[in-house]
Amino acid sequence: MAKLPITLLTLLLLLPAICISFSPENPTDRRILVLLDDLALKSSHSIFFKSLQDRGFELDCKLADDRQITLQRYGQYLYDGLVLFSPTTERLGGSLDLADVLEFVDSGRDLILAADANASDLIRNIAAECGVDFDEDSSAVVIDHTSYAVSVVEGDHTLIAANDLIQSDVILGSAKIEAPVLFKGIGHSLNPNNNLIVKVLGASSSAYSANPSSKLSSPPSLTGSAISLVSVMQARNNARVMVTGSLDMFSNRLLRSGVQKAGSSIKYEKSGNEQFVTELSKWVFHERGHLKAVNVRHHKVGEADEPAIYRINDDLEYSVEIYEWSGANWEPYVANDVQVQFYMMSPYVLKTLSTNQMGLYHTSFKVPDVYGVFQFKVEYQRLGYTSLSLAKQIPVRPFRHNEYERFITTAFPYYGASFSTMAGFLIFSVVYLYNK
Amino acid sequence: MAGKAEAANGGGVKLAAMKPDLLPSNTPFFFRSLKLKTKQQELLIRVVVLGLVYILAFITRLFSVLRYESMIHEFDPYFNYRTTLYLTEKGFYEFWNWFDSESWYPLGRIIGGTLYPGLMVTAAIIYWALHFLRFAVHIREVCVLTAPFFASNTTLVAYFFGKELWDSGAGLVAAALIAICPGYISRSVAGSYDNEGVAIFALLLTFYLFVKAVNTGSLAWALASAFGYFYMVSAWGGYVFIINLIPLYVLVLLITGRYSMRLYVAYNCMYVLGMLLAMQIRFVGFQHVQSGEHMAAMGVFFLMQVFYFLDWVKYLLDDPKLFHAFLRVTVTCAIGVGAVALGVGTASGYISPWTGRFYSLLDPTYAKDHIPIIASVSEHQPTAWSSFMFDFHILLFLFPAGLYFCFKRLSDATIFIVMYGLTSMYFAGVMVRLILVATPALCLISAIAVSATIKNLMHLVRAKTKVVQSVTGKGTSAKASSKASLDQSLPFQRNGAIALLLGAFYLLSRYAIHCTWVTSEAYSSPSIVLAARGAYGNRVIFDDYREAYFWLRKNTPPDAKIMSWWDYGYQITAMGNRTVIVDNNTWNNTHIATVGRAMSSYEDEAYEIMRSLDVDYVLVVFGGVTGYSSDDINKFLWMVRIGGGVFPVIKEPDYLVNGEYRVDKGAAPKMLNCLMYKLSYYRFGELTTEYGKPPGYDRARGVEIGNKDVKLEYLEEAFTTSNWIVRIYKVKPPNNRW
Repeated sequence: MAKLPITLLTLLLLLPAICISFSPENPTDRRILVLLDDLALKSSHSIFFKSLQDRGFELDCKLADDRQITLQRYGQYLYDGLVLFSPTTERLGGSLDLADVLEFVDSGRDLILAADANASDLIRNIAAECGVDFDEDSSAVVIDHTSYAVSVVEGDHTLIAANDLIQSDVILGSAKIEAPVLFKGIGHSLNPNNNLIVKVLGASSSAYSANPSSKLSSPPSLTGSAISLVSVMQARNNARVMVTGSLDMFSNRLLRSGVQKAGSSIKYEKSGNEQFVTELSKWVFHERGHLKAVNVRHHKVGEADEPAIYRINDDLEYSVEIYEWSGANWEPYVANDVQVQFYMMSPYVLKTLSTNQMGLYHTSFKVPDVYGVFQFKVEYQRLGYTSLSLAKQIPVRPFRHNEYERFITTAFPYYGASFSTMAGFLIFSVVYLYNK
Repeated sequence: MAGKAEAANGGGVKLAAMKPDLLPSNTPFFFRSLKLKTKQQELLIRVVVLGLVYILAFITRLFSVLRYESMIHEFDPYFNYRTTLYLTEKGFYEFWNWFDSESWYPLGRIIGGTLYPGLMVTAAIIYWALHFLRFAVHIREVCVLTAPFFASNTTLVAYFFGKELWDSGAGLVAAALIAICPGYISRSVAGSYDNEGVAIFALLLTFYLFVKAVNTGSLAWALASAFGYFYMVSAWGGYVFIINLIPLYVLVLLITGRYSMRLYVAYNCMYVLGMLLAMQIRFVGFQHVQSGEHMAAMGVFFLMQVFYFLDWVKYLLDDPKLFHAFLRVTVTCAIGVGAVALGVGTASGYISPWTGRFYSLLDPTYAKDHIPIIASVSEHQPTAWSSFMFDFHILLFLFPAGLYFCFKRLSDATIFIVMYGLTSMYFAGVMVRLILVATPALCLISAIAVSATIKNLMHLVRAKTKVVQSVTGKGTSAKASSKASLDQSLPFQRNGAIALLLGAFYLLSRYAIHCTWVTSEAYSSPSIVLAARGAYGNRVIFDDYREAYFWLRKNTPPDAKIMSWWDYGYQITAMGNRTVIVDNNTWNNTHIATVGRAMSSYEDEAYEIMRSLDVDYVLVVFGGVTGYSSDDINKFLWMVRIGGGVFPVIKEPDYLVNGEYRVDKGAAPKMLNCLMYKLSYYRFGELTTEYGKPPGYDRARGVEIGNKDVKLEYLEEAFTTSNWIVRIYKVKPPNNRW
């Protein structure tokens, strides 16, 4: 019982840390708002929610049209992540609208957006703002007559067994997802103008997007591998957004169901959905793939202090520490492709940093023979990782008037000439003046 | 040295006056000693007049301080002020090696190696001297008053120069004329802290000392003129005028057969030492031996040696025939060697060709066709007749009269002033700003005219009275008395002379009134604070520039980069303390063209350029609300031209409609959507500027603007000053989700 006050005290001490849990120092989301069309989803998708809760997230499930919904209070965001499982909601409750959701993302917070057939304009617009264009035909769903999931009854082939996954350990975890992922919903295409959006789960080349109950009168607008089923977008401020056209893929039913892909003899006991959505949500909520760079240092070789200005042809050392967030603590990030640029309108020096495997990256180089305002630039963008974009400005000055070599060997003839002229003039004057 | 000569002269007069004084000792001593002899009286009057002129030259330049405040004017002076501040704070060596990372981002600028340090060092020395004397003045006050102080000193030099050219009367008149001449005042009012302020003093001093050296043949005066030249080189790029005028003058003397040992000593000493001294200025460096503009001086230097050699040979050879043959061979050889040396030097690139600025001086149309960046500056435009009249007033009529007198009494000195006057008048016609260089010459030559005329007239007036009172035997010169006796036959001579004298005084008083009026009305505006007449005749002050720069200083991050047209670069760095992309030191045309291109592109293209230059804020100057006509829209065609000169994607006809530049509904579509238009007229369509006019009525151009619905995608308005003169926009970061 004596432990209780201590526990309380530690809790109290930790309270600020818990309140400001989502921080650069601790980037994993903590508080997540889940907006649902129907509270029944809470039970029908309970496995997914449970996995989140088990990982320590506080879920706040609300109806999408709940009047009490608010993302921020007194200028502070109440949540670190937002899960929109409300594909048909035309208007969100409270005073929440499209702009608020986008502002939430632009403030560096994360979003999971699941649409479905008959997705509302609001959901479509949010997706469109993130670079995802759902099929404009509201009744269209993705149909695939070759890689559908085999079921007992011969269906309309809208339950798709997709296994065209992105090859990225960062996004989908290091364990390979063996079983196909079941998908039932609408397809989308990626806006070619947006270069931040990445297709995570693509449809096969035989897929197309159409209304299964009506006859195909005109060619479908979305076909083949242009269809993306699940996409993620990492914004410039490292906010992560996941967009999918299927709410069902999170459901207990598909998570639990076995799967056999049409034309394949292998029958999996369990679909890949659980692993897929769990790993993807880990990525979206920054449990993985989050880098930070600290202690950017540069100094002249042989010195420790950072100078305010370099001189041309100085030898300098540059170092930076890069750590990766493992979900619980910062661990050294190990890679051999981190590069630093010494940049003034274009890189004058481009060097790959060598690492000590403990997170420290360093290199040394000579300042080019050009003066100006340079920048140490580290632009590290790797798929799945948060982008590191470090720029540190440093001017480079030319030599001072007394830093040039005082006596140059090649100039000795000139020195000789001037001194001999002086001597000659002296002798001449003496001879001329005193020799009459 | 000039003062010493004067003192010696005065001393001599005193001695001469004392001697007869000693003889009648019976009269009361104190009364006798107070009563001055004529020469002493004349000296006293001269000193008093000179002292008054000295003070007048200073106080007439204080109009700007009285009307506005003690502040630095215009554009370049802000850079000079900033560097002077740095010099006084950090010391000379830091200043000399200063690498400025706040301008020309990201290239930077080596300040010490790209400026003429004379002005800053002068102001710093004055500042340090005052502090040594325990006058705790701020460096700004010193900078504000440097130009008037040097203008006062110029009057002294003008006096001695006039004395050297003609007589002390002409010197006094020259001092008085130059003290208030608007052509000079325009560049030397209090606050106009620019190179020209001290350079005109240095220019005139160099010329005076050189003429003195030629007149005396003294090595000391030649040395002094070399130092004067050194000061000039350290102060202003206009020294090129000296280094070309003096050889030209020497050449003319050689051709007219006025070669003398005096000239040889003066020129050689001045050229060699002046050149060596000038090389100490980093910005000038080896130009004296490497640049085409300085080759004339070197050529004349060698020519002098050839002349001297020929003289010596002539002295050795008695046979004129032999000498002529020798002369022919030597001259041919000398010219041949010179031409070959020049050709080889130019071809090998050792001697740089003439710069565009130099060409544009010789050929007024050159800059317009080839260097838009020079042609774009208003003070580089050819001079209009009205501004000659405005800046010189009666000097313009007195100048030919003075030339007449100079030709009548031709000497080495008057040849110099005639050449100085004629060449500088030509240059003044080519460029408005060079009126300044012509001003001292005009004042001196006009002073000769005034002085000589008045003297002649006075002789007539006094000779008549003397004839009436029977000659006291004090005829000043034989010539004058003979002239007087000769002219006695003319009727109404005395009355005519008096009338002419009155006319002359009327003209001179008109000149004084004109000069004072011009100074107070036209040349005392700091141009950073604008004044206008309100609807009720009251004075309205627009202090928008300083408002904007202060905003930048207080509200932007310290390393923010500001993009603006180069005119405002110096002011932004000096007053806003922020980094600029380009400034008034237009050394890199490409960089300026990049900014010009950004301003004349569509917003999305401009955004790419601005991102590549790390621009955080864009500053434009807009006069549509106040009717301030020298704003960026009116300068815009130059941005297009300069941008198009480097980037051919920018084409001037895209911004014109039938060759006409307009901003209203009939404007070219590219014009209506380019960045400069958008930034200038953003939200302007909502504003009613003048009663009875539609909203969006541009008062500077007198039209209703053509694109009232300006939408900005990549920039956002950050600050607009109270009269909309300066508008600052923030460059948005790239879209977060795209």
